[in-house]
Amino acid sequence: MEPLLAMQGIIKRYPGVLALSGVDFTLQAGEVNCLVGENGAGKSTLIKVLSGAIVRDAGSIRIEGNEAHLDSPADAQRLGIGVIYQDFKLVPALTVAENILLGTEPVVGRSPFIDRKGMDEKASAALGLLGEEIDTRSPVGHLSVAKQQMVEIAKALSRNVRILAMDEPTAPLTEWETANLFKVIRSLKDRGVGIIYISHRLEEIFEVGDRVTVLRDGAFVHACGINEIDRRGLIRKMVGRELENEYPRAVLARGTEILRIENLSSDRVSNVNLTLYRGEVLGLAGLVGAGRSELARLVFGADRRTGGRIFLDGKEIAPESPHEAIREGIGLLTEDRNRYGLIMQMSIRENISLSSLRAMLTGPFIDRRKEETAARQLSDDLRIKAPDTGVIVENLSGGNRQKVVLARWLNTKARVLIFDEPTAGIDVGVKYEIYTLINRLAREGIGVIVISSDLPELLGICHRVAVMCEGELTGIVEGTEATQETVMTYAHKNRR
Amino acid sequence: MTSDRITRKLSGEFGIGIAFILEFALFAFASPYFFTPDNLLNVSLQASITAIIAAGMTFVILTGGIDLSVGSLVAFAGIVATSLLKTGLPPAAGFAVAIVTGLAIGALSGAFAGFCITRFNIAPFIVTLATMTIWRGAAFVWTDGRPVWELPEGFAFLGTGRILAVPVPTIIMILTFIASHVMLTRTRFGRYVYAVGGNIEAARLAGIRTGRVLINVYILSGALAALSGILLASRMNSGQPNAGVAYELDVIAAVVVGGTSLSGGAGSIVGTFIGAMLIAVLRNGLNLLNVNSYVQQVIVGVVILLAVMLDQIRRKRK
Ligand SMILES: Nc1ncnc2c1ncn2[C@@H]1O[C@H](COP(=O)(O)OP(=O)(O)OP(=O)(O)O)[C@@H](O)[C@H]1O
Ligand SMILES: [Mg+2]
Repeated sequence: MEPLLAMQGIIKRYPGVLALSGVDFTLQAGEVNCLVGENGAGKSTLIKVLSGAIVRDAGSIRIEGNEAHLDSPADAQRLGIGVIYQDFKLVPALTVAENILLGTEPVVGRSPFIDRKGMDEKASAALGLLGEEIDTRSPVGHLSVAKQQMVEIAKALSRNVRILAMDEPTAPLTEWETANLFKVIRSLKDRGVGIIYISHRLEEIFEVGDRVTVLRDGAFVHACGINEIDRRGLIRKMVGRELENEYPRAVLARGTEILRIENLSSDRVSNVNLTLYRGEVLGLAGLVGAGRSELARLVFGADRRTGGRIFLDGKEIAPESPHEAIREGIGLLTEDRNRYGLIMQMSIRENISLSSLRAMLTGPFIDRRKEETAARQLSDDLRIKAPDTGVIVENLSGGNRQKVVLARWLNTKARVLIFDEPTAGIDVGVKYEIYTLINRLAREGIGVIVISSDLPELLGICHRVAVMCEGELTGIVEGTEATQETVMTYAHKNRR
Repeated sequence: MTSDRITRKLSGEFGIGIAFILEFALFAFASPYFFTPDNLLNVSLQASITAIIAAGMTFVILTGGIDLSVGSLVAFAGIVATSLLKTGLPPAAGFAVAIVTGLAIGALSGAFAGFCITRFNIAPFIVTLATMTIWRGAAFVWTDGRPVWELPEGFAFLGTGRILAVPVPTIIMILTFIASHVMLTRTRFGRYVYAVGGNIEAARLAGIRTGRVLINVYILSGALAALSGILLASRMNSGQPNAGVAYELDVIAAVVVGGTSLSGGAGSIVGTFIGAMLIAVLRNGLNLLNVNSYVQQVIVGVVILLAVMLDQIRRKRK
């Protein structure tokens, strides 16, 4: 039988970069084919070719054996191809329902008027498939990243797709939401939908995948059934070398107190008390919406406090803005790099130096050489994949963008660094290096807090894990007793 | 790789640069008088008033804003400066007071607009539409609708004088553009302007005081509009309450033709300079060719549209 989808010899070239150099990819009906590879390997590019978002330079695409005319997103939609992009394509000002049904709005009878009620019903139905309850009339821009992701998935589901590509759908989700998504994926499979699944979380690949396809540097490397390969083998195929260990465990050398927060409150956070010591990596766990990012933003002066005090090295500080927090020596790597992190039209270099320009000055002028040296150093350390540091960030792959924001904060010489989802979308090889880097920062006496929805990651690199639930701190687990179970118990403490 | 980098650097102003050279060659070919030093200096003089304002407007548009008040400020600053010239102070002091006060009015107007925009979150379009109306009205109220005449001798030098044959406004324009270019490309302020225009929330979270950046761009725009107003008053040797009407449109056209995006975050001072010159040369060339002034308007409009369209196509293809 003909495969549902057969892509052959796909080539896509960007100025100075060969993003895809003749990639083959096949997908059967009712199967999940996982696409894996390092950052910048070409995964998203392959998906964009399939969705008609970009036009390939060469190669053929067949659907059930027939040559597919695929030159625009409209073509893809007609052919039943749905895509959930790594960087969402939702319209922030439109409501949830309007986004889900964008371009397919139901009308009242044969009139030109939109059927509002029908829209809400259809949108709720699509969200219902995901077990999600979201107000269909609230603007998408007001939702958290996780909720937006759900809306994006619902949007694809509402269009009766035969082929569904998901580009790192779980990056902003926690276990619970991920489990939900997997249920949906399985029911789609049963209905004969073919699914392309991209993720840097390998455990997910082994959980939902039927087959796996590996890309490296824009080239096809390997494809096999998921049972024919193990985690180690897969990593080897991806990075082209052996990776000893996934989490470097730093020895705890807990020093003096560096940051203490007392009764910190806002409308999303209530009465949080927490102390951070030098030399330790403190994790912040919890479900989406637990208030972890909100807590971080309070300490960073990005949101308004309603109460509580913050002490840095024993001295009380009251940052009213990120500017003041940075001046005091606090840095925050925010979640959602595209919305809150990067200036897309700026180069890698300019994005890296943005928070530390003061140190790049010679007189009143920015010293290009100092700036370039720092940026080059960091982009080598983090292996940012680009021809040079003058490349604008918009042209980078998702993981490489994340490395740029990370580099910015490493460049600030902060005393306390809070990382909100630092490894979102980053490949296994580089993850290891980021963990090593975080350990090094802690060893050098910088206070480090890591927020992550990837629990194994938190347990792997943190000495203590503080758990939040619904805006409150519900527990702190110390090194050895930190297991998934204890953390999850605290994470659900206020829930039922 | 290096050639890559060079194309990247040039691509911003490349299209418009080519268009400018073509236009230049065309007129040089069509009119023997066009390519003479006299005429070229004349073009630069004609362009200088709006070009100086366009330099400031570039900063504003780069942040994603707009400043509609510049035309009215030209009139009001000109009126205030010329009125102050007649207070009877000794010439040197009188000139200084007049010019400094004129500039200060522009800067204060900008600061006020910037304050309203950042503090009360009102759209720049609305705020500067209001200040535009306010200053135009104020200019008429101040003078009762009559021009300010009989200015002390020497004031006319600013607008009509020449240094080594180069008109003073041309010199001031060139200095303004050099300073603006350096400020935009080499200082922290310039970098922050791009960052705020590119993604204001990300800029704030990167530690940039975005409110301060915004206020500063409007101050700059206001001050440069006032500077142009003083030069214009000097050139006309009078303060005219209806000076600079609709200048904001010429200025915005120059910036946009120069490749600066109205949504902010991308563009350059060099582009604005070429944009301003392209329009000025077009007007001059059409004059020399005796094209009727109504037809001229049509042609200028079409050229603005073409230039922006070309720019869009170039961006798409990248
Ligand atoms: N618009 C563009 N212009 C220039 N280069 C681009 C553009 N888009 C992508 N690239 C380059 O193409 C390569 C492949 O990018 P792609 O986004 O497909 O990677 P990816 O495998 O999805 O990586 P990640 O895991 O980080 O998301 C990268 O080197 C990237 O820098
Ligand atoms: Mg990608």
